[in-house]
Amino acid sequence: MNNIYINGSGNVSPQATTDNRHFLENPLSFEVRRLKCIDPDYKRFIPAEQIRRMGRIIRMGIAASKLCLEDAGFGAAAVSAGEFVPDAIITGTGLGCVEETEKFLTSMIRNKEEFLTPTAFIQSTHNTVAGQIALMLKCHGYNFTYVHRGVSFESALTDAMTQMQLGEISNALVGGSDELTANSFAITSRLGLWKQNPVNTFNLLNDHQRGSVAGEGSAFFFLEDHQTACSQAILNGVTMFLNPSSPQEISSRVRDFLAVHQLNPGDIDLVLMGLNGDPRTDILYHDLVESDFPLTSLGYFKNLSGEYHTASAFATWLAAMMLKTQTVPEVIQINKPPARLEKVLIYNHFQGKNHAFILLSRP
Amino acid sequence: MPKRIFITGYGIISCIGSNIPENLNSLMRSAPGTGPLLHVDTILRDEVLVGEVPKTHQELFELAGVAPVEGYSRNALLGIIAATEASAHGRLGENTGLKTGLISATTVGGMDRCELFYKDFLENDSRNIYIDSYDCADSTEKIAARLGIHDFVTTISTACSSAANAIMLGARLIRNGRLDRALVGGCESLTKFHLNGFNALKILDKEPCKPFDQHRAGINLGEGAAYLVIESEESMLKTRNTPLCELAGWGNACEAYHQTASSPDGEGAFMAMKAALEMSGLKPADIDYINAHGTGTDNNDLSEGRAIERLFGDRIPKVSSTKPFTGHTTSAAGSTEAILSVFCLLYQVIWPNLNFTERISELGFTPVEKLLTGIPVNAVMSNSFGFGGNDTSLIFRKVNASNANNVNNADNADNANNAGNAGNAENIEN
Repeated sequence: MNNIYINGSGNVSPQATTDNRHFLENPLSFEVRRLKCIDPDYKRFIPAEQIRRMGRIIRMGIAASKLCLEDAGFGAAAVSAGEFVPDAIITGTGLGCVEETEKFLTSMIRNKEEFLTPTAFIQSTHNTVAGQIALMLKCHGYNFTYVHRGVSFESALTDAMTQMQLGEISNALVGGSDELTANSFAITSRLGLWKQNPVNTFNLLNDHQRGSVAGEGSAFFFLEDHQTACSQAILNGVTMFLNPSSPQEISSRVRDFLAVHQLNPGDIDLVLMGLNGDPRTDILYHDLVESDFPLTSLGYFKNLSGEYHTASAFATWLAAMMLKTQTVPEVIQINKPPARLEKVLIYNHFQGKNHAFILLSRP
Repeated sequence: MPKRIFITGYGIISCIGSNIPENLNSLMRSAPGTGPLLHVDTILRDEVLVGEVPKTHQELFELAGVAPVEGYSRNALLGIIAATEASAHGRLGENTGLKTGLISATTVGGMDRCELFYKDFLENDSRNIYIDSYDCADSTEKIAARLGIHDFVTTISTACSSAANAIMLGARLIRNGRLDRALVGGCESLTKFHLNGFNALKILDKEPCKPFDQHRAGINLGEGAAYLVIESEESMLKTRNTPLCELAGWGNACEAYHQTASSPDGEGAFMAMKAALEMSGLKPADIDYINAHGTGTDNNDLSEGRAIERLFGDRIPKVSSTKPFTGHTTSAAGSTEAILSVFCLLYQVIWPNLNFTERISELGFTPVEKLLTGIPVNAVMSNSFGFGGNDTSLIFRKVNASNANNVNNADNADNANNAGNAGNAENIEN
């Protein structure tokens, strides 16, 4: 089996990430409880008359996917003209099109089911982002959307890799997207997911309040079965599991996963962890470091992206860009950065329930 | 040679029955389950006809064997009921050394509770326990917890093709060795949310739906859940399960034509059916029956019908839509109809397309009008199409002496009967 390469990426996030020529040159810190994406100039990606009618997550997804294809070496004009068509479009989203869902739901409740128009309903289905990207790119290929909380993006990656390994497709556009609305932030605040008071995001790990800082984002990747001049990283593997019974199970899962790739924990140059500042669940990361990666260089990323179901897509972008540029931005460092950067392991979990490992290496 | 995938267990709840034998029995009696809406409080109550599971929330708790506690959506309960039946039948609880996955499909998720409690979510803490049950993954994780599945658990949402896509993903993961076996399918409960959504799209029929009829007027929405156990030959050597049938082919295509509508010539449907056929190695003439998507809308039935004519030419197999029996169970439709298709192979029957009277003028074929029994059925194609032009076609093939290879002594009907004394076709007819 040939390697699978990340040959392009596009990332709409709370940071300046839409131009991969400038990789986290000026990371932004905020004093907040929730982070919002910096909107790119959507007119560059979407016909003006359509922007207005499109939910925000759809706009973010289209922008990120087009940025991704441009980054993979397909000219902006060709991408916009639909002259380049991927074999498959596979997306993950924890909550899907929240804004449109709320719009339809609120209007239904407020108007007691009268005067409803279908637009918001149509755009409320979770597969709208993937469907709209297919429409824009005129892509008739495989089109899929995963909606499983903290492993939605990992499910999409798994699907793409499986089909590439079976030889059914030779490339895929894969992404993860989630949007945060005022209402969804208010509702999830009730569950104690977010910090009570604003924190400085660069001080996320030293804040002792329960909960994390909420985030959102959309990151897309162009996977191919061969290396190109644009290759950022090799995507070696991904694995996910639900509700581990103990820290020992997580430790044995990582060892099993690495063993599949003929690696030991000591072979990993950097572990990029989903630490989100919530002491209740960050302990699981610390446990794994203690048991398996006591001497390894460590990094984190939710000080940049915030916490959301598909935050691991942001981490994948970060890891791929680090491998490509051979730099470890200071803002993500937890301890001493590695002397060499060949293999990066991402470990992320969502609320201690959905866990995943993603392994990437230098092309 | 790619690994072959076999179906070794199934479970279902729909408006025509709460388990496999009840569903089979209703089908054999040509008895549809659609009727007035009882369990959703909506002003559309007199405007719609639906395929509602005739059980209260309380009764679903009992059927699911779950103590009635807060935090369970109707969707999750339906899912647990069908998944538990399938799991018992396919003996998922045994042979725990095998890599076992759960792939479930849903779209409105726990919206049935969310739409009741949304105001509370925003204003007070009284319904916090239901906030976490709103998303699509909630029903999947409740099923996983119930059945003890941890290795690979995910949820798919591609609107009305979701459950067919769950079956397809499970098959692929087994084929490339990531899993040995999987529980695959989908669940969906009726909600005020999507009843109103489809109503706003003006594609609901107040009368019993009439797929493939010249005077078809729309959909009867339905609810339910259906799951199948699929596994490889190597897995069956360990589980000693006998196959109900083989999943011989699958295809998925995206029309990229319109966010909700299908193209007039059914390009996506054509591509999906063609891909499934090519993978199965079967010729068009080998397909004995097509369980069509056949929703009863103007748009779907014409576009699907044209795609069928284009692929099968002048030798069109028997075609019917079973949505007049079950209603359109949206994200659960793909696995519901997969099970109805498996029945056809096991009992050598073809289900009628109820309520049909007049051929669609643009099409050259008519669907099956009456139950056909004692008819050779060796291969069935099942179509599921969704919003976004997301089209999936699956092909199920009977396992017999000539294609069994290493498959355990394939006494299919015996295994089917183990599911709960469904009996054979003749008994049920009598």
